[in-house]
Amino acid sequence: MMLTHDILIVGGGLTGLRAAVGLCDKFNVGLISKVYPVRSHSIAAQGGINASLANNPDGRDDTWEKHTFDTVKGSDYLGDQDAIEIMCKEAPGIVYEMEHWGCPFSRFPDGTIAQRPFGGGGFPRTCFSADVTGHSLLNTLYERAVYKKVKIYPEWFVTSLCVEDGQCHGVIVLDIKSGELIPVRAKVTVFGTGGYGRVYRNSTNALINTGSGIGMAYKAGVPLKDMEFVQFHPTTLIGTNILMTEGCRGEGGYLLNNKGERFMQKYAPTAMELAPRDIVSRCIMTEIEEGRGFEHPLGTYIELDLRHLGKKKIIERLPGIRSICMDFIGIDPVKKPIPIMPSQHYSMGGIDVNEKGASPIKGFYAAGECACVSVHGANRLGGNSLLDTIVFGKLAARAIEEELPKDKLKPKEKPLLSLKAQVEKKINKLTQAGGERPYKLAADLGAVMSEKVGVFRTKKEIAQALDEVKKIKERYINVSVSSADPHMNYELHNAIELEYMLEVAHTIVLGALLREESRGAHFRRDFPKRNDKKWLKHTIAKMGKKGDPLISCKQVKITNYQPMERKY
Amino acid sequence: MISDTYTFKILRYDAKEPKKEPCFASYKIKVIPGLTVLAMLLRIRDEIDGTLSFRSSCRSAICGSCAMVINGKIDLACRTQVAVFETDTIILEPLPNFEVIKDLVVDMTPFWDMYEKIQPYLIRKSSEPEKEIYQSEKNRKKIDQFVNCILCACCYGACPVLNRDGNYAGPAAMAKLQRFSLDSRDERSAETLETFNSEEGVWGCDTVFRCIEACPKDVRPTDGIVGLRKTLLKNKAKDIWRSIKR
Repeated sequence: MMLTHDILIVGGGLTGLRAAVGLCDKFNVGLISKVYPVRSHSIAAQGGINASLANNPDGRDDTWEKHTFDTVKGSDYLGDQDAIEIMCKEAPGIVYEMEHWGCPFSRFPDGTIAQRPFGGGGFPRTCFSADVTGHSLLNTLYERAVYKKVKIYPEWFVTSLCVEDGQCHGVIVLDIKSGELIPVRAKVTVFGTGGYGRVYRNSTNALINTGSGIGMAYKAGVPLKDMEFVQFHPTTLIGTNILMTEGCRGEGGYLLNNKGERFMQKYAPTAMELAPRDIVSRCIMTEIEEGRGFEHPLGTYIELDLRHLGKKKIIERLPGIRSICMDFIGIDPVKKPIPIMPSQHYSMGGIDVNEKGASPIKGFYAAGECACVSVHGANRLGGNSLLDTIVFGKLAARAIEEELPKDKLKPKEKPLLSLKAQVEKKINKLTQAGGERPYKLAADLGAVMSEKVGVFRTKKEIAQALDEVKKIKERYINVSVSSADPHMNYELHNAIELEYMLEVAHTIVLGALLREESRGAHFRRDFPKRNDKKWLKHTIAKMGKKGDPLISCKQVKITNYQPMERKY
Repeated sequence: MISDTYTFKILRYDAKEPKKEPCFASYKIKVIPGLTVLAMLLRIRDEIDGTLSFRSSCRSAICGSCAMVINGKIDLACRTQVAVFETDTIILEPLPNFEVIKDLVVDMTPFWDMYEKIQPYLIRKSSEPEKEIYQSEKNRKKIDQFVNCILCACCYGACPVLNRDGNYAGPAAMAKLQRFSLDSRDERSAETLETFNSEEGVWGCDTVFRCIEACPKDVRPTDGIVGLRKTLLKNKAKDIWRSIKR
């Protein structure tokens, strides 16, 4: 059996659904997702989506140019300014479109979409739906996809991307329920497969965010960009690392150390708690390292205090946060501060694409968190990731609509069939008894990444991490799972994804080792200054012939904003 | 915490091998305070039995993947603390009112079919404004609880009507219909509601509130169903009034 579509979209989150909705009227589109689309990680975004609507009485002068500047500065000047301009210009239209499609945004008393301040933004421009904005947006786009009758294949697990002679031919899929391997041929394949958070042990990300889409593209010869830039969110619940939205601070929450001080005063006297995430995470880690944290069996923490906001505001604006705190740590934030610590949150790096979502491989596009355009550069601003997913899902669809009829791409069956045979062989090997179980390797990988390639980095630790990742890669050769039956075999999925996670980790570590400067989320204790002369450029990782990543560089596009020192 | 070692009894079954009867498998595992049922399931699959099947994704009670029966109560495994039970034995069963695919994974097809049937999207007849469609804070508040539905199907599993009549639309679909029906921006016609003016629609509900009890997100599907009934009766009264006037 071989399935054929004009356009194949992998990923049922905001990016994939937006691309599908944009293309399904004119082309034969199929959307594959390893979970039901509404289970995708976009659902977990809490705080909001940025757009210069200027609805907030304190933000009447906001413009897309100001949004652009904040994003460029937030990116520590690594973001490509032409792409950032496009995203910020598109933002209001995207928000209105989602509203017209039914998104239940919170409202101001005048009936307009409510907006609140977020980290690193000069204006209150984050539109939100209480503290479940991702949930509201994803449901709205899924509803739109149902309305448009998009062909969706839920619980289909993509195992490999098929690239031959510089052209993408489609993917190989494992139908989770039947266990059958199915080659899917398409003129254009679009990845909206999400970030690589689960490469880290401590992450806010869903369990499905393994970064396997990124690893798959990389193994197929697609280059990756800026992989060393990993965002650590300052406020995640201790123990489970569940996200406590930046909206908590946007609504006025404080960060307190064990002396009861609002310590951000020392580090970012103007922006205070609303400095960008990279900076706030480093401040928290510094407070903890210098002995001003609180001790708890689950780890040392800092307090996020919402009590002064009052019960009414917490219930109205942050109801999800309140119920997460009560369910997961038994604390009511109306009465007690929330114990938080920084942990991995977002992947700035990803598949190297341009502002149309096009990769260097013909017929292969990517957008959203799995891609790197780059609009977030070295540090993403809160409220810009939901925006990125929908804007670039839409723009990729627009570009494909224009280019597909011209390109006359003819995807071939033969490379798909030979790739299918390879996947069969691989699954066969993974299901031979006697090897190491995959979870052990995944746990070791997560520990190495969290402990040695985290908020603060040094050459010594990164080099150790590189060594460890290589060792785990060697161990992977002998991994095996408990059952040979591919039907409903989640352990087998884990084993297949682990290979891609290891590749992704390898590129992160190598990029971090080579980049001898501190920029945005990448902070080197041994090189604590930004070095524009040497490093105002993107790193590109390509898989070398021997399987190791080869790193090269690419210029950053600067239009209107010359790099300045970043102060808040 | 009752003990540092817990026994998990999990109902195992594979629809691919229908001749093998469903049976409980027992797993003994060490537990530390603060761990959830989902965290334990992941450890059991990793460390003890790789063949165990269950769904999971966000682990923070927002994606709706891991609904199941936990010691007789329907809930999300990810938001249920192991320590809340007054026993060191935890019994896990798949969500009722569905066919089992394998172990704790059920076939959600009927649930999604009903969801699609209610036309779960904003229906507009007016042309779109250049900016947002205005909505007052008060009108936005009306849909609050229904917007919070995460489509986990806990309510579907708990519904006694679905237990005897698989054709009933079920609480989640009805709550979703009310979410749009109540939305000040939605312009669906009275006829779209008529489809559910039946025993398989809004009149099927026993109003025994099992769905409200089961909902992990404080949605009250029964409120939605009762609200829809009122709207349908009002529409009917309007029709009668119109015909008298004529």
